[in-house]
Amino acid sequence: MSSKRIYLDHSATTPVAEEVIEAMEPYFSEKFGNPSSLHSFGRESRDALEKSRKQIADFIGARPSEIIFTGVGTEADNLAIMGVAFSENAAFGTKNQRNHIITSKIEHPAVRETCKYLEKRGWKITWLDVNSEGLINPRDVENAITKETILVTIMHVNNEIGTIQPIEEIGKICAKHKVYFHTDAVQSYGKISINVKKMNIDLLSASAHKIYGPKGIGFLYVHQDVKIVPITHGGGHETGLRSGTENIPGIVGFAKATELASKNMKSEAERIGKMKDKLVKELLKIPGSRINGSKDQRIYVNINISFEGVEGEALLLRLDEKGIAVSTGSACSSKSLEPSPVLTAIGLKPEQAHGSLRITFGKENREEDIDYIAEQIKNVVGSLRKISPFKKNW
Amino acid sequence: MEQYNKKVMQHFLKPKNVGEIKNPDGVGKVGNLVCGDIMHVFIKVKEIKGKDTIYQIKFQTLGCAAAVATSDVVIDLAKGKTIQDALKITNQDVVRELGGLPAIKVHCSLLAEQALSEAIYDYMIKKGKKVPKELEEKHKRNQEHEKNFHDKFKCEK
Ligand SMILES: Cc1ncc(COP(=O)(O)O)c(C=O)c1O
Ligand code: FES
Repeated sequence: MSSKRIYLDHSATTPVAEEVIEAMEPYFSEKFGNPSSLHSFGRESRDALEKSRKQIADFIGARPSEIIFTGVGTEADNLAIMGVAFSENAAFGTKNQRNHIITSKIEHPAVRETCKYLEKRGWKITWLDVNSEGLINPRDVENAITKETILVTIMHVNNEIGTIQPIEEIGKICAKHKVYFHTDAVQSYGKISINVKKMNIDLLSASAHKIYGPKGIGFLYVHQDVKIVPITHGGGHETGLRSGTENIPGIVGFAKATELASKNMKSEAERIGKMKDKLVKELLKIPGSRINGSKDQRIYVNINISFEGVEGEALLLRLDEKGIAVSTGSACSSKSLEPSPVLTAIGLKPEQAHGSLRITFGKENREEDIDYIAEQIKNVVGSLRKISPFKKNW
Repeated sequence: MEQYNKKVMQHFLKPKNVGEIKNPDGVGKVGNLVCGDIMHVFIKVKEIKGKDTIYQIKFQTLGCAAAVATSDVVIDLAKGKTIQDALKITNQDVVRELGGLPAIKVHCSLLAEQALSEAIYDYMIKKGKKVPKELEEKHKRNQEHEKNFHDKFKCEK
């Protein structure tokens, strides 16, 4: 194992920021009250909860009452989709049912599997294709809408290839046709500015651990006119939509992480963007390499690149040995032994998805390290090609 | 995900048996239908103490860490063995030698067994040797597998 350790997997998760830990600290044992309690202990927690809710609401242009804290981003996605699907509005099982949901082939499993779950139980799901750049065509969304459509759920930024979907246009279309619009913003929240009202977003999911906040806390924004039903039942917390005693340290941490993201968003976009461009330029010098996904409609932290004639898991593990942590969409590294559905959806052949690598930058990354990273990737690709039976002269 | 053990990682990071043999007596080329990995095995055979013996053997693999490690180990196991004994090597032997593989990775070890038996088959055919019935059947299965592999992956070889 190398002594140098460079983390380049920030779309998987991020380290919790010092300031976030500090902000959370008092809420473990000093201010531990249950926000539902009427005494001063409870009030302390309730104040922190509502202050955090307001901070987050302000950041996306929502009202505090529209923010529902959830256990994770995944839960927010589940609540959005099933909350709409099971609502009275959808009238499932009746003559006037609206049991049609439109989504895409590149959604995170939290959305994809929830839609599949509904599909098995009688819901009609339209799985929209993306183009070879990994982008949804808003016109396809419009064409797919029928009388029965109740919800469109399209992610903002894709977690594998980093493509930014045209959610503003999709939002407009949904508003025009009076169809709810949910977006999974787990990979964009805190990186791109979002205004739910301007963008006509009815429901939006986010997660703290992608933006230097703690794991195990997310939220769902639900526009006040959207009536959804809970999927977790109990004491009626979070306006009845997510019962269970609130994770106050997590929520306070999420608010702090949001504040930091809001402050640093612009400068980080520029700093990381530059670093990313430099690495892309270096990596494309490796013969038989290609960038997957759009080059300009793309979040600044993401590189997804394929190398012909090598396998991604092997690449990942040999880089790990050099202290570099990345991720891959190779079939060999997935539980299903199928290549990443996202890479397949943008038209990659299995052998191209096979050699794919995802590099995602974050705040601890430094430009000085780019040369080292490029060098190591070049070496490892070379070493794997040497043991591969492909006869090309790289 | 279930992690690889130290031995697997050693064979993956520093395989000792990589290479291509010029003018080999037998070559086995197989693909893994599950995920698109490819392995080639090259052998040289000569008579030692009256028995056909694998005295040189190398591999080339495009695949995951388990594919590389199992390739390297199957070569270790077959090196210096008579053809007869080498044919008895199974993927279970390879997995055992590695001290185990994550359950989801056991299929990679099949590739190693197949590539070795294909190399031996190729050698026997080239030298006009009589192919044992079992090997003939195995070869047929491998070929079927290869056809499916190429239908699925259409990759150059
Ligand atoms: C796009 C997207 N949606 C949802 C999630 C799930 O978030 P969480 O890990 O908080 O459940 C992730 C994280 O992997 C993601 O990238
Ligand atoms: S050969 Fe692909 S999983 Fe090992």
